[in-house]
Amino acid sequence: MSGHEVSRRTFIQVSGGAGAGLVLGISLAGCRGPAIVTGSLDQEVLNAWIRIGTDESVTFLISESEMGQGIHTALSMLLAEELEVDWSRIRTEHSLTDRTLYGRQSTGGSTSIRTNHERLRIAGAAAREMLIAAAAARWGVQASECRADDGQVVHTASGRSLSYGSLAEEAALLPAPDDPPLKDPAVYRLVGRRMPRLDSPEKIDGSAVFGLDMSVPGMLTALVARPPAFGGSVGNFDASAALAVPGVRQVVEIPTGIVVAADGFWAARQGRDALTVEWDSGEFGDASDSSIRELCQKLADKGAVVTDKGDVAKAAAGAKTRIDAEYDAPFLAHATMEPMNCVAHVRADGCDIWTGTQAQTSAQDIAADITGLPLEQVRVHTLMLGGGFGRRSRNDFVAEAVHASKALGAPVKIVYTREDDMRAGSFRPVAYNRFSGAVDESGNPVAWEHRIVSPSIIRSIGGQLQNGVDPTSTENAGDLGYAIPNIHVTYADPELPVSVHFWRSVSNSQNIYLTECFLDELAAAGGRDPLELRLSLLGAHPRRARALRLAAEKAGWSERRADGRALGCAVAECFGSVVAQVAEVELVNGEVRVPRVVCAIDCGTIVNPDTIEAQVESGIVYGLSAALYGQISIENGGAVEGNFDRYPILRMRDMPEVETHIIAEGDPVGGIGEVGLPCIAPAVCNALFAITGEPIRRLPIGDRFKT
Amino acid sequence: MPEYSLTVNGSHRRVDVPADTPLLWVLRDELELTGTKYGCGSGQCGSCTVLLDGSVTLACVLPIENVGDRAVQTIEGLSDDRSHPVQRAWLEVDVPQCGWCQPGQIMTAAALLAQHPDPTDEQIDEWMSPVLCRCGTYNRCRKAIHVAAQEGGR
Ligand code: FES
Ligand code: FES
Repeated sequence: MSGHEVSRRTFIQVSGGAGAGLVLGISLAGCRGPAIVTGSLDQEVLNAWIRIGTDESVTFLISESEMGQGIHTALSMLLAEELEVDWSRIRTEHSLTDRTLYGRQSTGGSTSIRTNHERLRIAGAAAREMLIAAAAARWGVQASECRADDGQVVHTASGRSLSYGSLAEEAALLPAPDDPPLKDPAVYRLVGRRMPRLDSPEKIDGSAVFGLDMSVPGMLTALVARPPAFGGSVGNFDASAALAVPGVRQVVEIPTGIVVAADGFWAARQGRDALTVEWDSGEFGDASDSSIRELCQKLADKGAVVTDKGDVAKAAAGAKTRIDAEYDAPFLAHATMEPMNCVAHVRADGCDIWTGTQAQTSAQDIAADITGLPLEQVRVHTLMLGGGFGRRSRNDFVAEAVHASKALGAPVKIVYTREDDMRAGSFRPVAYNRFSGAVDESGNPVAWEHRIVSPSIIRSIGGQLQNGVDPTSTENAGDLGYAIPNIHVTYADPELPVSVHFWRSVSNSQNIYLTECFLDELAAAGGRDPLELRLSLLGAHPRRARALRLAAEKAGWSERRADGRALGCAVAECFGSVVAQVAEVELVNGEVRVPRVVCAIDCGTIVNPDTIEAQVESGIVYGLSAALYGQISIENGGAVEGNFDRYPILRMRDMPEVETHIIAEGDPVGGIGEVGLPCIAPAVCNALFAITGEPIRRLPIGDRFKT
Repeated sequence: MPEYSLTVNGSHRRVDVPADTPLLWVLRDELELTGTKYGCGSGQCGSCTVLLDGSVTLACVLPIENVGDRAVQTIEGLSDDRSHPVQRAWLEVDVPQCGWCQPGQIMTAAALLAQHPDPTDEQIDEWMSPVLCRCGTYNRCRKAIHVAAQEGGR
């Protein structure tokens, strides 16, 4: 959700029928004014955050997608804090998709807490004030004589009390306050404390419903045969053998390929295997990793300027030591454990979509576009997401399900096999980088030139570059944060037909690896300690320096390590937070081991420390898998790796001990879902550089040290 | 199509499916037991782990014709009320993130503890390493296994 400014106004009150209770939502700035929506409180028509039943049940409707980051718990803490209800009574649901109530629904960019911090506190406080007002009216006293306490309104003087459930109906009829008082953070009971996740119980007994678990009456399960090369298309196909497979019902072509629809997954898979297709491989059909790299190399000198400060050429000419380097980062698949999937049911009078998406509003737009239905008739039901990491905001799986249901006249569940999922694109872009840097006699970097060539995500999702630059490709590369007097950074888009997308932490995942590793090369060239050099260059960024110092101290930076073991560090600022990591790395018989990672994170303000620790650890594992093994290679225009045998991810036995130190000194609240990731690759590579003297200029690390 | 009779979580079930249908899809598509998850379809990720007569088994690569009369236990059958020691430990440590891999982690941990009531870290590594978690819950899984071992039998 993109920076909606929320002020304490413009409430939409939704009043229910008999026995319904209180439903409250807030509209967003820019939306129409207050509106009264009536109807029964059937969940299908709810548009709000808070529902209080006459049976004392408290349900929070969360517009953000729960994909493991703990957002339903964290946002519930904000609501419950102001509402004054007992934690054990709270249930959460994904809200329905409604842009008039929630604005654009999209979970990504580590924005959920930042976007919702204030508006959910207001929602909780407003509901509380309405309940107090209802009780005061019943007793014939002033609201100011009453207070809310643990699901009750109490009349302080007489000690009388009424439960929220018994007040809910009356409260729902009252006007919502414009400016409800918010609690002083000093008296918070929940926010800032370690609270158990609300979604854990259903995730440990198999009852949580994820997209792939959904089924509706009459539903067909379908697999799609897609062109093996990016930019390819269907030539001819023969469906007769597929249709002969028991359980296969229909075969139809949709824009992305050929749909084989059957009674269940296994029949659909057997049917798709039996399909005969001639593909038209298109212009990219001969492309390979080496042809892509050659193209990128040619474009390196033709990039648009991102940053130009001082005179790099002059500074380099007069410097003591100069280093030129080429750095490469590969395409990466998100590889969520739950592969992509979507159920769609297109009818003449409406369309329902059940899926785990990170972008509900765009899913609704896509379905309206394909079906020609008005937006109000497209209902997007969000289910649990078995991982997101950016992949589930692409909605290519939604478009396929809607096309398939429309063509087949039945509800359809599109399922991606692991191989489909891994080869479908939406990759973290490949990046070719040319660096040139120089240090003076004291080992201070005086020139920094960085030429980035990397496919544009903005172009891939249909947007426009800004003066030849895709800002999502240059995060933390254009503005380094280090006090280097002469900096020149350029960017070029090789315009490949491979679809690329937001991958956890976006281009921070490449750029922080690249810049933090090249900085270590300069440190070595100037005879400086990498930590000391960073601290000397971070005068303008005291939060970064503080986090780095803390991580280094906790990791024992100054203690000597045995041969074959070393520490590496990295620091970054992204998604509103600052993060520093020190990795301890061991090289034993050519095998890279990472026994320990120390992380300092400054996210300004803490909502749930338990979630922060889990997310930091999660980001480190995700980033470490990529650094050690992650690579999608291109051959004959298509992705080679299809499953975990060739695209390994970290396993339990390789998991480092992770130590997280949280800094929260009241700075603005920062994101946490992605910030754990970008520093791990450079921290590990810098440690390897310290051990071997060879910089790691290409990821993944792989088995390059094995003999 | 051939008919098979199975014992799943203590109940007898009959299904009519091709002989090569993996147990995973029988559970998910025929018996509506969707707690067992699909992650790779080729025995590489452990998301589909179930217990067959108590032994860890990857349901995605086991054709229904080879199940025989062995009793199948899935996450839904581990307890009726989340009271299995592993489930209680999982809640105490708050292990899950996205949750997709968790049934596989929990079933594997349950089998591990049945065999080794107080497992060493090496035994945990050996048993749990086949089960992938993209969200990185490994350290919490390990901690929860130790917690369950401590509270085992109670
Ligand atoms: S789905 Fe069975 S091992 Fe991955
Ligand atoms: S919790 Fe998400 S894959 Fe393990």
